[in-house]
Amino acid sequence: MAASRMDAPEALRAEALCKTYGARRALEDVSFVAAQGELLAIIGPNGAGKTTLLQILAGALAPTAGRVSLVDHREVGWVPQQPAIYSKLSVRENLRLFARLEKVADVDGTVIRMLELSGLSERAGDAVGNLSGGNRQRVNIAVGLLGDPAVLLLDEPSSSLDPRQRERLWDFVSALARDGGTTVVYSTHNVVEAERHADRLLVLADGELLFDGTPAELERATGEHDAIDFEGAFVRFLRVRGH
Amino acid sequence: MHWLLLKDLQILRRSPLLVGLLVLYPLVVALLAGTALSSGPSKPKVAFANLVAPGEAKIELGGRRLDATAYAAELFKAVDPIEVATREQAIAKVRSGEALGALVIPADVIERLQGTLALGGGEPPTVEVYFSAENPLKQRYVEATIDATLADANKALSAEIFKAAAGYLNLIVAGGKLSLPLVGDVDILGLRNTQTIIDAAITGLPQDADARVALQQVSRFARLAAENLDVSKPILASIGTPVAVDEQVISGSGTSLDVFGVEVAVVVSLMFVGLLLAAGMLALEREEHAFGRLVRGLVSRTGLLAEKIVLAGLCAWSLAAVMLALLVGFLDLGWAQTPEWLIVLAFAALAFGALGAAIGGLTRDVRAASLLAFMLALPIAALALVPAGAVDGALYDLIAIVSGAFPFKPALNALDAALTGGALLAPLGHLAALSAAFALVARLSLRRFA
Repeated sequence: MAASRMDAPEALRAEALCKTYGARRALEDVSFVAAQGELLAIIGPNGAGKTTLLQILAGALAPTAGRVSLVDHREVGWVPQQPAIYSKLSVRENLRLFARLEKVADVDGTVIRMLELSGLSERAGDAVGNLSGGNRQRVNIAVGLLGDPAVLLLDEPSSSLDPRQRERLWDFVSALARDGGTTVVYSTHNVVEAERHADRLLVLADGELLFDGTPAELERATGEHDAIDFEGAFVRFLRVRGH
Repeated sequence: MHWLLLKDLQILRRSPLLVGLLVLYPLVVALLAGTALSSGPSKPKVAFANLVAPGEAKIELGGRRLDATAYAAELFKAVDPIEVATREQAIAKVRSGEALGALVIPADVIERLQGTLALGGGEPPTVEVYFSAENPLKQRYVEATIDATLADANKALSAEIFKAAAGYLNLIVAGGKLSLPLVGDVDILGLRNTQTIIDAAITGLPQDADARVALQQVSRFARLAAENLDVSKPILASIGTPVAVDEQVISGSGTSLDVFGVEVAVVVSLMFVGLLLAAGMLALEREEHAFGRLVRGLVSRTGLLAEKIVLAGLCAWSLAAVMLALLVGFLDLGWAQTPEWLIVLAFAALAFGALGAAIGGLTRDVRAASLLAFMLALPIAALALVPAGAVDGALYDLIAIVSGAFPFKPALNALDAALTGGALLAPLGHLAALSAAFALVARLSLRRFA
């Protein structure tokens, strides 16, 4: 399955991306390609530059150097780490507002579709502030999908969710890539989750791209083919590279 | 932009406490200001002990009997008297805090006054005033009120003395009857009659009579004395008010205290609503993490900023317009200037909205934005109300520069011009320049937002 997705046409290309904040280099010469319908996980320790990379891909932050190119010029959907929605508005009102701002052709139809897709039809009239963290994240993702994006960027989407909510989230995201052909690029701390759901992994540490390959290739790169503990293998991988 | 405006109005509708405060605040300020300005200052409570025996408050002056209690009645117009029987009771009222001060009229005051008026010498009449030093402000207030009232009473008394003195002078010059106690009415010849009689006597004397020269001297004296005593009347009149005051306004519009109170109340409310809404609603975008999503292509930073300024400006303008309309009606200031003050309120609301947006752009959350807005608003308003001459010249110039850099003072000047028919162009231009400057600051501060 993963191999077939990687053979798919290119959806997103990042070339030599650099970002500096004063003297600090947050990203250094990061290049990669994402294929259409591919699930690409960006993993790395805190301060690795994951959020910065996603913000640059989303167009929310300008890179100091380098460029991002999209093959399909449909909107890039961006789902920031913290739900970027209004807690005083209801789920429906949030979706309707962002659909109007996205200039979606059929606002009401799209809102109904997103409510169904996120499984929040029954909570449509509830204020977002009254929802659980998991449901808020689903609204957050639904807003990111309003423009029917070719590429969906998710920043630590499962960090505030319990195991059951995480499972439902990954089912939902996987279906987007598998059935809708959406390219999904997400960042996560959870390397096991990345190994389990991603087609390909990007390992970032201190702004540097250390690895670009499948989970199996990362396991091999650690030199311990029989390692059961993928997280342990990942930590050793970082350690031997000085991170 | 209008979808964002509707969204913010929707959020405000769902925040009843905030909206309630924003609506109630200016209305309460307007009602308080209106009530205070239309009812005038409240009278301080003053204990009053009149130790003069009943029926002995009359004084003789120029054959007329004056009632000294009439002057006490003047004092009662300015204070709320608590009448007591003794000096000790009056002092006790002050000690207990029931009265801010005490006024005691000693029993011998009429006798002394009568002696003074009759030019009989002796101690002048003295009234006793007691204050509580617990509160210097209250002491000063009561002291000033009693001093002013006693000054009025002294002035009125001096006017009566002048009338009596003028009557005596007239009697000496023109002659007439003078009533004296025990003696009764006495005919006074008067200087003019004296001169007439002497002149007639001179005419009947031979040309070489020795007495002619002496009588001519007496006649000349009578004439000169009559003429000069006539002139002395205006001099006597000037004793009551030796220095006249000629008051002329040489700068400012000469706005009445009522109108100034209205202007301050409206501009303070306009400032708080404009600042808090713009700062809070812009900071809310950051607090809700929506800013990054919005400016990623859904709306420009400038558009978002304009929306917040317009939102705050509209709300502040609406509330201030209602408030000012209430006050104009309450104080009967007239409606002729309505278009002018509506325009001024719009300019001021936008200027405060722009300043609020600049504050909102500097802060990460609504609480910090609100706190910063309050902390900035209070000194701005206080500085703008410092009058010229109250502080050192150089310090006042500095205060004027600082006040001019924020919208409060220009808004106050513009509203004053609108309400009193003054020139609007300069203050409106000032407000427009400040709006542009603060909008620029806000736009630059948004570059920090991610």
